[in-house]
Amino acid sequence: MPLLEDGRLRPDDWTSIEDEAPLPEGPAIVSLARLRAEADALAGRNAPLGVALSPETQPEEVAPFLDRLALVAVCLPKSKDGRAFTQIRALREHHGFTGEIRATGHVLPDQYAMLLRCGVTTVEVPESTDPATWTRSRDTIRIAYQAAQSADRPLSLLRRKLELA
Amino acid sequence: MNALTYPPHARTYRYDEIDREFLQERIAEFRGQVERRLKGELTEDEFKPLRLMNGLYLQLHAYMLRIAIPYGLLNSAQLRQLGRIARRWDRGFGHFTTRQNIQFNWTRLEDVPAMLEALAEVDMHAIQTSGNCIRNTTTDEYAGASPDEVVDPRVYAEILRQWSTLHPEFTWLPRKFKIAITGSPHDRVAAQVHDVGVLAKRNARGEVGFEVYAGGGLGRTPIIARKLRDWVPEAEFLAYMEAVLRVYNALGQRDNIYKARIKILVRDLGAEFTQMVEREYERMPRDKYRLDPEIVAAIGAHFAPPPFAALQDQPLPEDREFRAWAAASIRAHKQPGYASVTISLKPIGGIPGDASADQMEAVADLAERHSFGEIRVTHVQNLVLPHVRQEDLFTLWQGLRAAGLATPNIGLISDIIACPGMDYCALATARSIPIAQQISERFADLDRQHAIGECFINISGCINACGHHHVAHIGILGVDKRGEEVYQITLGGSATNDASIGELIGPAFSYDTIVDAVETLIATYVAHRTAGERFIDTYRRLGAAPFKEALYAPA
Repeated sequence: MPLLEDGRLRPDDWTSIEDEAPLPEGPAIVSLARLRAEADALAGRNAPLGVALSPETQPEEVAPFLDRLALVAVCLPKSKDGRAFTQIRALREHHGFTGEIRATGHVLPDQYAMLLRCGVTTVEVPESTDPATWTRSRDTIRIAYQAAQSADRPLSLLRRKLELA
Repeated sequence: MNALTYPPHARTYRYDEIDREFLQERIAEFRGQVERRLKGELTEDEFKPLRLMNGLYLQLHAYMLRIAIPYGLLNSAQLRQLGRIARRWDRGFGHFTTRQNIQFNWTRLEDVPAMLEALAEVDMHAIQTSGNCIRNTTTDEYAGASPDEVVDPRVYAEILRQWSTLHPEFTWLPRKFKIAITGSPHDRVAAQVHDVGVLAKRNARGEVGFEVYAGGGLGRTPIIARKLRDWVPEAEFLAYMEAVLRVYNALGQRDNIYKARIKILVRDLGAEFTQMVEREYERMPRDKYRLDPEIVAAIGAHFAPPPFAALQDQPLPEDREFRAWAAASIRAHKQPGYASVTISLKPIGGIPGDASADQMEAVADLAERHSFGEIRVTHVQNLVLPHVRQEDLFTLWQGLRAAGLATPNIGLISDIIACPGMDYCALATARSIPIAQQISERFADLDRQHAIGECFINISGCINACGHHHVAHIGILGVDKRGEEVYQITLGGSATNDASIGELIGPAFSYDTIVDAVETLIATYVAHRTAGERFIDTYRRLGAAPFKEALYAPA
């Protein structure tokens, strides 16, 4: 499936690997269980490594591996299941993860702005997606009462609005 | 209409251009979502949470639009506009809710954008009045007026409102999330039966801090909240709230709607929940979430005391009818020569919380004349004029009487909380409103009501407990039993400092016998009470036995 990044579609050059399947040459996304079990072997690969977290996973469980990961995928099994928002924010804020964070699953364009503000990089979207719907949704509301993870300096809460005023 | 026509001294939060722009953007977003739904780009399942977070429910007969009244605070221009909306787009009525909001029960979908535009003209909206997000924070209806107030809770309620508005992390929670805050040692907001309850207080140095409770709630599993912390410093208030919400968003149940509220998580984890919140709080980059004193001061300026005149307390006129109303409706004010007035929306035989467009306009006029243009909505579905000169009380009473708003029953047996029940609600399993009306008519004699004294009856039309029956002195829960509406009675509930969940007294009563049962309970109380005892006091002293016997003993 294509990816949405900065409001534009781009192809996905990563491959998601089943736990029992052999690893391919290129960038690969594995489960946390496999990452744990084969940590050293996976670290020895000569290609970027990513992990897919289930919504139940607490980000600290993946923390020991983050320095060798280029991508963490989180999942919204249903659009109204918002656990991923807390996972994303924790990965950025508590664990200082700077790689790609990808939102997968049933994501609505209406959630795009909030995902970005929590620290998401890319969203996996269906083939027929019109990126304009996503950018329109992202850009409709430009005022926020809270600071975002992506803010270039730590703004105290509510300050953003006050500074604009 | 714009802010320029607002009454100059009404202390509601004043929108600035940024707040207004935000509101317009939000309306544009919703309009776009409706269009995508109509084009089939959004499924009904996808659209539903988006519609709910804009206050729009699909009820039994029509859509219902629930409008946010932040912490129950209105100015007269806003109340007048609500009256206009009721007249133009509803059936001339609005219904004030236990969340200090107002809902219009006969909304047509095609009118919603126009209604939202009309609301935006007076800086109002329907954002987050439904859905699995942080809802309208409720507070003390006597804030800024009550002699026992230690901290003005409106300031922090507004801070919570801004912080929770479209919060990027907490908009897709396991379930709805309700916060109540009080700034008085006497809890008038039912803090301990909220998802989060906050008691604002001061330490010996006069600094503001917060006692924080979590995991209280009613519904089908009533639970009294757990105290998380005795003191959160003002600067760390939002950091601590973030920590609570983070733990809940990560761990709250998602697979069972009936177990998804934070109360279940807190109950199951117990002390571990507190530890998890503390752990999250400790590791947060707290500078980033620090509540700047400058911001508190800027928000606080919106709620500065209005220009009170230097007056003395004075005796009330002798008129007997006026005195009866005054005894029920007037509350002491911290400013000499002033009083707070509660306006009953519970006329005998009426629908609790309903107000007509004419009544809304009448209250708006009276508020402008007598209360700096300020009105509060209470969680028992009444209105309050917070700052009335004692010398104006008689004139105000005459004005209220002319509008049919002077029923002297505040805090008495006919001051009933009732959910909309099966007359409107798609979830209800029994009617609530007619039961409230019949009880009110049975006890119509106001002298008798005064003789009975303070007694709270709350009625819910289903197990979800929107009528807060668990925390009433006499709680009534309507359920469906093989196609018949029957009513269970719980006794001894309380939502104040001594919060308690009422106990089920015995088998349910039919629609035709429930009012007689209430009469029997009252007769039992009157027969057993000692001087000065309220219903709840007698119940607590004697326990359920005499009441049970009176209700169920063979005649």
